[in-house]
Amino acid sequence: MGLKQNLHNFKVKNKDKKWIPAFNALFTFLYMPNETTHGGTHVKAADDLKRTMNTVIIALVPCLIFGMFNAGYQHYLALGDIESAKGFLGASFWTWDNLVIGIIKVLPLVIVSYGVGLGVEFLFAIIKGHEVEEGYLVTGMLVPLIVPIDIPLWMLAVAVIFGVVIGKEVFGGTGMNILNPALTIRAFLFFAYPTWMSGDKVWVHGAVERAGTPDAISGETLLGAYAQNNTLAGIDYWDMFWGLIPGSVGETSKFLIIIGGLFLIFTKIGSWRIILSTVIGALVMGLIFNGVVDAGWISETSKFYGLMSVPFWQHLIIGSILFGAVYMATDPVTASQTNKGKWIYGFLIGFISIMIRVFNPAYPEGVFLAILLMNVFAPTIDHYVVQGNVKRRMKRLKAKVA
Amino acid sequence: MSKDIRIKKGLDIKLVGEAEKTTENAIRSNFYSVRPEDFHSIIPKLVAKEGTRVKAGETLFYNKDYEDMKFVSPVSGEVTEIQRGPRRRIDAIKITADKEQDFLDHGTFDASASGEKVKEHLLASGCWPFIKQRPYDIIANPENSPKAIFISGYASAPLAADLDYTLQGKEKELQTAVNALAKLTEGDLHISVGQNGNSPFSGLDNIKIHKVSGPHPSGNVGTLINKIDPVNKGEVVWTVNAQDLVIIGELLLTGKFNAERIIAFAGSSVKKPRYFKTKIGAEVATMIYDNGVEKDGNDRIISGNVLTGKQVAPDGHLDYYNNVITVIPEGDDYEFFGWNKPVFDKISTSRAFTFSWLNPKKKYDLNTNTNGEHRAFVVTGNYEEVFPLDIYPMQILKACMYKDLDEMEALGMYEVAPEDFALTEFICVSKQPHQKIIREGLDLMLKEIG
Repeated sequence: MGLKQNLHNFKVKNKDKKWIPAFNALFTFLYMPNETTHGGTHVKAADDLKRTMNTVIIALVPCLIFGMFNAGYQHYLALGDIESAKGFLGASFWTWDNLVIGIIKVLPLVIVSYGVGLGVEFLFAIIKGHEVEEGYLVTGMLVPLIVPIDIPLWMLAVAVIFGVVIGKEVFGGTGMNILNPALTIRAFLFFAYPTWMSGDKVWVHGAVERAGTPDAISGETLLGAYAQNNTLAGIDYWDMFWGLIPGSVGETSKFLIIIGGLFLIFTKIGSWRIILSTVIGALVMGLIFNGVVDAGWISETSKFYGLMSVPFWQHLIIGSILFGAVYMATDPVTASQTNKGKWIYGFLIGFISIMIRVFNPAYPEGVFLAILLMNVFAPTIDHYVVQGNVKRRMKRLKAKVA
Repeated sequence: MSKDIRIKKGLDIKLVGEAEKTTENAIRSNFYSVRPEDFHSIIPKLVAKEGTRVKAGETLFYNKDYEDMKFVSPVSGEVTEIQRGPRRRIDAIKITADKEQDFLDHGTFDASASGEKVKEHLLASGCWPFIKQRPYDIIANPENSPKAIFISGYASAPLAADLDYTLQGKEKELQTAVNALAKLTEGDLHISVGQNGNSPFSGLDNIKIHKVSGPHPSGNVGTLINKIDPVNKGEVVWTVNAQDLVIIGELLLTGKFNAERIIAFAGSSVKKPRYFKTKIGAEVATMIYDNGVEKDGNDRIISGNVLTGKQVAPDGHLDYYNNVITVIPEGDDYEFFGWNKPVFDKISTSRAFTFSWLNPKKKYDLNTNTNGEHRAFVVTGNYEEVFPLDIYPMQILKACMYKDLDEMEALGMYEVAPEDFALTEFICVSKQPHQKIIREGLDLMLKEIG
């Protein structure tokens, strides 16, 4: 009672100060505000934006924790210090040593992402005199999960500033942006520092510094290997499904992503239409490529052969297509906003992702580019869906007049 | 071609404090007030100056743009105060009621008279304001000829007065009123009744009955219009509240403007929710304290239901169009970690650690807290789940916000009223004022297009 009253008095006393949005942002995390309804409906439903964003974060936490263990596991596995885990509950996976690497390498990514991103948000809120909006809560969690483990922290900081300012604030803040901010950050990193974002060195902790030395370890992802018509030794489908493979920090465990996706669908926070249609789109494109291979149109020497001949369903468990479908494509602000539009939007994301994956061997993961591309087209899709409704109305009028 | 209407999209907001079906006569209010703001977009021209004695049914003011449209006093008494706002706008006309009520005789109406005569009579006797029109959701323009008239005989709003109960035994007045109204349109008179109810409308002639079922807003007249015969550009439909038909009917039968109305007194702050017989404009304080709310309780008194009603002070008055007074607790307190802890005692359409989906029959005690701060539109697809009209709710709201008249028109602005957006406002995660946005959009169209 005392704390609440003190904070309230402090808020009232300083309500004209420029920095009050910053204080309010912290205050409202502790206490839901005492605002009451004026005009309009006198009661409101329980959900607010904080709760919505929080639900997505909860869905992401298992991926983060898994990613921390996986960081150490991949590191020691590549060094040959431990046995492969053989299954999700494998003894060599959930170990303290693995977690320590995770804490050293992954936690700083989270802290930098949140620290820098929220700093920018607070700054803009104070400059523009509005409340701090919650949009970055999810973005800040996504960013560490979609970057390679060894990325230098200053790069991440630069990218976050770029992504939040150019990707979101210039459009007017949360709810107004056209491109998914997390993917804008990743795209910035990808084009500004390509050597840190792709290739066969960056995906396992320690691979970069050991490159060229006698201790060199491979830091390659499965996709990279497939793209070069190779396979990685010692990885079976279950490893891919459980996530015991190298990759961006949090996107390897398909199992936990599916759990998170089901949670989002159950809570009605994530759009099941987008998730489902993205998966369908990816499968359809995979089937088409399988058909091309079966028809013998490309030979085994073709550089596309490796990924094109992957059985269609395996596309879902390699790379980050599932992560993109569940956590990125469903961002309501940048996705299509109509239900029909969501089907089209999701389908095209899946379709184009696999297409890029196959046709771009230099950088085989196409999900983030596909989502960014469809972000741009989402308003167009919506426009045509809404026009359907408008046309129906016009037709009704014409039928009356005639 | 009576048609059954069954809607699936919507949400029943079940609240504690439903009115029990017993009617008491409210303590007679000494003061009555008529507030011109109830009549949206009407500019009043005052007739009854301060100190004038009026009979019940005598003109208080008329519409400046349409002088034949009179607004009459609900009671006989003395006009004691004209409350004015900025620029001498009339805020309220206060009348101190006589002990003995004295009615102005408008004359019994000849049932075989023509539509023109009906119109004149309703305009002169103060019954016209009960007729509203769409587009724009304003008092009907008497010069138009509506393509149909719609009446909802089924109230689905939270804690609404049960029309089957309040209109019981008024079949004669209702029939007289619908007979007269039917003459004003070339089309039909559509009335919706509840699927299971025993509506006084069901026995009437001269009307088309539609049985509606499903969650709120199944009983909204806007839903009925959209499902039967949506408003196209250039068309007009009229709507009348069911309880006001009784007043119209009685006026036609007896010549007396009897503003009596049975209202529900409901809400979780009310000790014994029940029905009252009272009059339009009656002071709320005459009803709410007897077996009702605590004198110094921290409550909100609403003239109307919790979704569309107006907040009134205890010395405020029942407004012209409502038949409910709802009292619910104010929610002006902070809630520790209210945004992330599991919620069992509030309604939600999501399942984001909100558990109202577990128990759809449970009745809730909601307060007026906004449960979060105002934000830009972020979440999509949730409005559609509670919005049964064939309109894209979020798109039309945004069109209103950026004032694109062509787009508003194309998206169906002629068909809607603010109350149609009450549910989307209730569930809005960004706490946007949907009804206000629509009202302002309609006002803009009215001004620009007319």
